[in-house]
Amino acid sequence: MTKLQPVLSANWNEKDSFTIAGYTRIGGYKASTKALAMEPDAVIQMIKDSGLRGRGGAGFPTGNKWGFIPQGDNKEHYLVVNADESEPGTCKDMPLLLANPHVLVEGIIIASYAIRANHAFIYLRGEVVHVYRRVQQAIEDAYKAGHLGKNIGGKGFDLELTLHAGAGAYICGEETALLDSLEGFRGQPRLRPPFPAIAGLYAKPTVVNNVESIASVPAIINNGIEWFQGMGTEKSKGFTLYSLSGHVKNPGQYEAPLGITLREILDLAGGIREGHQIKFWTPGGSSTPMFTADHLDVPLDYEGVSGAGSMLGTKALQIFDETTCVVRAALRWTEFYKHESCGKCTPCREGTWWLVQMLQDLEDGKGTEADLTKLLDLCDNIAGRSFCALADGAVSPIISSIKHFRDEYLTHQRNGGCPFDPIASTLFKTVGA
Amino acid sequence: MTPEQLTEVEMITVVIDGFEVTVPKGTLVIRAAEKLGIQIPRFCDHPLLSPAGACRQCLVDIEINGRAFPKPQASCTIPVEPNMIVKTQLTSPVADKAQKGIMELLLINHPLDCPVCDKGGECPLQNQAMSNGRPESRYEGVKRTFEKPVSISSQVLLDRERCVLCARCTRFSDEIAGDPFITLNERGALQQVGIYENDPFKSYFSGNTVQICPVGALTGASYRFRSRPFDLVSKDSACEHCASGCDMRTDIRRGKTLRRLAGDDSAVNEEWNCDKGRWAFKYLTSRERVATPMVRGDDGELHEASWPEAIAAAANGLRTKRVGVLIGGRATQEDAYGYAKFARVTLGTNDIDFRSRSHSKEESSFIAGVVTQSTTTYKDIDKADQVVLLGFEPEDESPIVFLRIFKQVKKRGIQVISDAPFASRGSKKLKAKLVKQISDISGLTDKSVVLVGERLAETPGALSAAVDLANMNNAKLAWIPRRAGERGAIEAGAIADLLPGGRPVSDLAARVDIQTAWSVDSLPTNPGRTTEEILDALNLDETNINALDAVVVGGVDPMDISTTALSKLLNTFVVSLEISHSSITAIADVVLPVAAVVEKSGTFLDWQGSPRAFEKAIEDALTRSDVRILSMLAEEIGAPIDLPTVAATRREIAAIGKWDGAKSEFVKVAAKPATISGDKLLLTSWRQLLDLGSLQMGEANLAGTARKAVAYISEGRAAKIGVSEGDLVKISSEQGSINLPVAIAQMSDENIWAPRNSEGSQLISTLGFVSGEVTAVKA
Amino acid sequence: MNFTPEQLEIMDKIIARYPRSRSAIMPLLHYVQALDGYVTPRGIETIAEKLNLETAEVTAVSSFYTQYRTEPAGEYHVGVCINTLCAVMGGDEIYKSVSEHLGIENHETTKDGKVSLERIECNAACDYAPVVMVNWEFYDNQTPQSVKDLVDAARAGNPPAPTRGPSKLRTWKENSAVLAGLSDGLANEGLSAGEATLRGLNISKGAGK
Repeated sequence: MTKLQPVLSANWNEKDSFTIAGYTRIGGYKASTKALAMEPDAVIQMIKDSGLRGRGGAGFPTGNKWGFIPQGDNKEHYLVVNADESEPGTCKDMPLLLANPHVLVEGIIIASYAIRANHAFIYLRGEVVHVYRRVQQAIEDAYKAGHLGKNIGGKGFDLELTLHAGAGAYICGEETALLDSLEGFRGQPRLRPPFPAIAGLYAKPTVVNNVESIASVPAIINNGIEWFQGMGTEKSKGFTLYSLSGHVKNPGQYEAPLGITLREILDLAGGIREGHQIKFWTPGGSSTPMFTADHLDVPLDYEGVSGAGSMLGTKALQIFDETTCVVRAALRWTEFYKHESCGKCTPCREGTWWLVQMLQDLEDGKGTEADLTKLLDLCDNIAGRSFCALADGAVSPIISSIKHFRDEYLTHQRNGGCPFDPIASTLFKTVGA
Repeated sequence: MTPEQLTEVEMITVVIDGFEVTVPKGTLVIRAAEKLGIQIPRFCDHPLLSPAGACRQCLVDIEINGRAFPKPQASCTIPVEPNMIVKTQLTSPVADKAQKGIMELLLINHPLDCPVCDKGGECPLQNQAMSNGRPESRYEGVKRTFEKPVSISSQVLLDRERCVLCARCTRFSDEIAGDPFITLNERGALQQVGIYENDPFKSYFSGNTVQICPVGALTGASYRFRSRPFDLVSKDSACEHCASGCDMRTDIRRGKTLRRLAGDDSAVNEEWNCDKGRWAFKYLTSRERVATPMVRGDDGELHEASWPEAIAAAANGLRTKRVGVLIGGRATQEDAYGYAKFARVTLGTNDIDFRSRSHSKEESSFIAGVVTQSTTTYKDIDKADQVVLLGFEPEDESPIVFLRIFKQVKKRGIQVISDAPFASRGSKKLKAKLVKQISDISGLTDKSVVLVGERLAETPGALSAAVDLANMNNAKLAWIPRRAGERGAIEAGAIADLLPGGRPVSDLAARVDIQTAWSVDSLPTNPGRTTEEILDALNLDETNINALDAVVVGGVDPMDISTTALSKLLNTFVVSLEISHSSITAIADVVLPVAAVVEKSGTFLDWQGSPRAFEKAIEDALTRSDVRILSMLAEEIGAPIDLPTVAATRREIAAIGKWDGAKSEFVKVAAKPATISGDKLLLTSWRQLLDLGSLQMGEANLAGTARKAVAYISEGRAAKIGVSEGDLVKISSEQGSINLPVAIAQMSDENIWAPRNSEGSQLISTLGFVSGEVTAVKA
Repeated sequence: MNFTPEQLEIMDKIIARYPRSRSAIMPLLHYVQALDGYVTPRGIETIAEKLNLETAEVTAVSSFYTQYRTEPAGEYHVGVCINTLCAVMGGDEIYKSVSEHLGIENHETTKDGKVSLERIECNAACDYAPVVMVNWEFYDNQTPQSVKDLVDAARAGNPPAPTRGPSKLRTWKENSAVLAGLSDGLANEGLSAGEATLRGLNISKGAGK
């Protein structure tokens, strides 16, 4: 029996899944109607009790986040949806929004009602124009249908929803950088405290949630806590989207209960591409320390992955086979972090600048064993020293790849350069350069 | 701290490196450590800027209630908490390694150009790299380079490759000055400080960024490559440019001022000053300086003379004459006191006035009855619920007062109300509500502060209305003159109605006080006259009982008073005490050179009435303070004032003290609204901070950031005369006209504004007045 | 040259979406690119004036985000994903070949102004690697040849439709207007989901629960 569990993805194969008609047909906007008939605090309690945890990477309990918003404070409250999906390997929120933006809108209505927010924002990365169109259309149609705007469903609840396009900055996925960006500043992380729950958008109490977290809410309201808790593992309840990519036969979105293993997913997905073996993989994007074939049976839930020395992250399963040079992979990711470092703090700004140069030397066969020691010490001087977690993410592919493939680094020096043929790892080796 | 405040603030005890320290709640760990003498290295941290946590140099290990943070924390962002234990680099190997690691990273892209860098020798990066860095860098890569240097204004240069991106400069410009003309641009390793290409860093406060830059990235054009810090002798000094009262440091090399820096006085300028105070000091070395005494000979020309010759010539010209005394607003309190005593004791007159600017009898009475009694201070602004600005543009006329108000506008959103004709840049930053007239202001409380500028004297009845406004609401009131010496001149008695210490001349007991102090039998009791009246009296027929025959003039530019002031001095005996050659020295009979501010000791009273004494910065200066020369002159005339030194003068001022008797009453004047006829406009003006002021001469870099002279008119008026933004408008009075580019502002169609003394807009010499009826047409 | 009154009115409408005007800076910058093809001085100055900011504050923001350009983009802006996964699976080869083919490097534009090229970071379509974005529309599962064909067709004025997007590729300026929030009415065109998006669902259905 399959371990897959399509919930969010259940209707994506419908031609009109992204329209309000298509969404209503499968029971869309029933959950928001139900929630608006509840007390807001009861909605918060229900999400708390469900055990839903943030799907954007950190895994913080969603209901608790909502509960941190001070009530009765006579201030505006805001809900901001983080749709800035940019972590390398991560590709779940964009297809979700392309296929069914209404489930996010409905989740936003419920979450805003619960935290008493009358204005919500979707911060969507800017490099996905068609996703923008779909979300914008969904918002427009939801207004027309009376799901947004004044006095929603006659319950006296008002909600404005604004779609905001980013413009190319990975750091804006960090929630406080996202808020600064949304306020019209450079997307650089803010000092905490104060936390967004106290002083977020426009210094008002604000919840920032990932797309998938909010999109999971209507199903919980509709089907109840027990249904949700019936999926997943002890501390990681429910279903989630695993995004499989790389050297596999069938890359794609696999929605399953938390705790499934990569071996199970690969079995369902037809395995690694023909004639190759898995070499290394990321459990949740490039910032999560890489795994190897030894980790195929690690339960992919929050505890399981962290217990094995990495992080569940965004569940972006990037699979690389034996044709891939791990030094090249680490170098390229480091170039990414250098490109995306916001520049605010020294270790990230200067550290990524230096790391790229050292890794380039190693990839070119000019690095010695002493350089590896220096590189690790440099990582030690960067990790945990920076303003936000970006730099921690930046060093994790380096540290984990050296841990698992130290000898491969040294082989580069012995070989006088990279021993791998880059064409061998492409999908079109016969097409060639 | 007052006992009252002490009980308000909760105190917290923490342990840092094994030592206990107790500090107020909210204190940052980095500052609690300072109290113990433990210096945690830092770059972005600045006590007056919001915490950034950006450079990460100040990482320390912290545990609270036995629970340790998993990683080192930036001590510049974390406030102390009860049961907190902090381990700095001194006791935590983790913190020490973290700091050394950060320092290494800061240096990988930093050039090794310390030998040619202005900051070398006083550089926080250099110093802390030595104290908290690795002995050697392990970096073998390519350093980041930029085109260098970039002029971000005519006075500030930026060397981007030296920058450590601490954001002190950008935070200062945004948070403190309200001038975010410089920002962090780009991102990541390419992040850099910069301007928008078409808009330079034209902030009045830009120099502070040079001072707080922890590396040599920002340098002042005038000081760049001029000196090494270890060749400089630093002297505490006071700023002579306005009445804000800044503490200053003057750096001298071989008798020459090379730079001036803001001093640190939390009660006044905190750690800031304005660019005029920082960079306008070239007048000291201007070739126009009067080098020796000069006496006009029979040939009608001035000739160099020895001091005894010149003093004798001056004494002969003044002895037995009816003499008036005019002094500018820049005298130190000691010098002003010298003039005041010289007038009363040597010349036997109350005809003395320090106001070389527009003034009125109403103002004289206001000064005697209100200003001498004022207790308003900067602290009242800090606590104010509303600040009312009357005839006062703080950003232009008292920049530190501006910063102080701006701070509260940012911090507490206090309301600012101004009677200005349009919203200046300063007003916009203060989000000031503009009112047409004082009577439109309501809703003040006893927490409100009314700040009155010297220009209010130009509108009859306005000072009276201001006093009524404050009294009605029990609000605080203060008078803020533009010049540094005016408040001190009042206390010194350099005005007709007042003797030293605010003693009314008309009060017998007050006169007795002073007679005793001065050991004289009597003091003149005749009512003294104002500057304008003195000038007029010089031109009366000598047989007229009110006529004056001679005048002693110190530091006056007649064009500050009126177009006719100079001509009124032509046919009389003039003794001029001056720093530089001027229109007065050109007509004077005797010219006596005096010391500039860095060459003498003295005291300025700021607008609060608080003294800032300073000692001679240039030790071997040969010039003398005015008071010493006046003392010589009095001796020669035969009625000595016995003030041979500044120190002696200070002792005498201190011994006399403040008047605690009956205060003189402010005689109010009815308002006389300005009227305009037909299609004319009412011109108003003030001096912009950077303009053609004589103390700014010789400093082109500073002048390059002055705001261009424009005439503000309303949209309606612009349409009426057929001009749009940028077009030239011709403003004419009966005396003359000027052409200025138009700027459109929200204002009454009947008003027009132009700067008072800027390039292309010198109103007294062209139009003949600083406010009044004009016509405006398309030029 | 100043913006037209109609354009200024659109800017005001963009500003009106937000509780605080400064938040409109990003959509306004997208809109300036829709009009001018990049962030022009007149764009910066107008935004500063509209939002009551200093021009430096606008530059600070525009220079932070990579989508805002300091030079005009081509009518078709081609972004080749060179982040690790796409690079390894062929992105590097695609970039190399299309760069040689067009004779331009990263951030350059062809002389005819038709095509500009950029090495882009992960664009959230890894299950379709290697990925190319044209005017920020998805072109999935690309090869060096397919991209060469794509840019040739684009230069001839006949680019293929995006894999998951509208039925006709719009210009870079037109798509910038969409990012400013100005709807082009094309939301209903194109697939609900691509093949990879549906893999898990289809397997689950095929397995018959």
